[in-house]
Amino acid sequence: MSEHLRDHPAEHPGYTEYHPRWLRRRPSTYWWLERRAYVSFITRELSSIFIAWFIVYLLLFIRAVSRGDASYQQFLAWSRHPVVLVLNVVTFLFVVFHAFTWFNLAPKAMVVHVGGKPLPASVISASNYAAWVAATAFVVWLLLGG
Amino acid sequence: MPDRITMQVTRYRPEEESGESVQEYEVPCSKDWVVLDGLNYIKDRLDGSLSYRWSCRMGVCGSCGMTVNGEPKLTCETFLSEYGSGPVRVEPLKNFPVIRDLVVEIGDFMRKLVMVKPWMIRDQEKPVSEGEYLQTPNELDEYKQFSMCINCMLCYSACPIYGLEPGFIGPAAIALAQRYNLDSRDEGSAERLDVLSEHDGIWGCTFVGECTEVCPKHVDPAGAIQRYKLTAALAGLKSFVLPRSAR
Repeated sequence: MSEHLRDHPAEHPGYTEYHPRWLRRRPSTYWWLERRAYVSFITRELSSIFIAWFIVYLLLFIRAVSRGDASYQQFLAWSRHPVVLVLNVVTFLFVVFHAFTWFNLAPKAMVVHVGGKPLPASVISASNYAAWVAATAFVVWLLLGG
Repeated sequence: MPDRITMQVTRYRPEEESGESVQEYEVPCSKDWVVLDGLNYIKDRLDGSLSYRWSCRMGVCGSCGMTVNGEPKLTCETFLSEYGSGPVRVEPLKNFPVIRDLVVEIGDFMRKLVMVKPWMIRDQEKPVSEGEYLQTPNELDEYKQFSMCINCMLCYSACPIYGLEPGFIGPAAIALAQRYNLDSRDEGSAERLDVLSEHDGIWGCTFVGECTEVCPKHVDPAGAIQRYKLTAALAGLKSFVLPRSAR
């Protein structure tokens, strides 16, 4: 026991030799700025808001189309508004970021066995990307040539 | 390479001070010296009052985990020379209460580890006369990676969820539960499901992934947790859809 503690026990109410006073350090509010990986994680989480907006936008689009040509034209005009345009560009970037991060993380959750051996992680992410490219190609074909 | 390097060591002496402080020491910077060698030099030659944990000096015992220049590291395998001319900042592991200087309180982890029953569970033990429980190399490979965990708790230190929600059962405990769940000789996965599938279990994890990055034994706790999420979700679906006998 230190001399200070022995001579001034009243100054250390929570401390005895066998039950030391622990120092509890609370994480800072800005903990997510401490490491690059944390920033990337928070950005990925934040991207969910933009994914939600993307779905709302899609539903509004479907509703406009279902209500006839005038409503559709009105929707297109609204979509050209700079605020909506900027929001949708930002949303697109976040959706792409979201897709990339999740495709890269997919092998962590999925372990696929072929012939008793697990497939390498790169094959699992590559198959996700391949499915994405195929779906994109199909949409492009629908829009341009279909 | 400089022949001496400054180490900035976090001190906390509960009988003397209410908060932590930083003390600087100058230690020799030999090519083959790790951070732990620097701490041992301080303890032996400069300041015998410095407290920290260590044992094996070869990355096996898992006791010398500390925060070195902001990163959770095993100090026995982190070379001083990696930090150029220094200084090298040594702090206790984050997310744990500090008892003294670099010594953290690990009771919380120990309690959580037991909760996931990280040992072999059998419905019926085979008599010894019937011999060993045999296993193929492929069956061994299923869990071998997770069995490398040395309980050093660097993953808890890197996990912001554990810092923010101390109830979270945490990366190493879940990885060790998976080490037994994926073992062909074990029959205890149903017993572990309850603890693992509650909110403070796997669903507390939001997949930051840093536990895997800092793991000195390449255990990949983040992978173990995500895999178990899939297992638990399927088990939940089965219990909802299938009659009890078919689960």
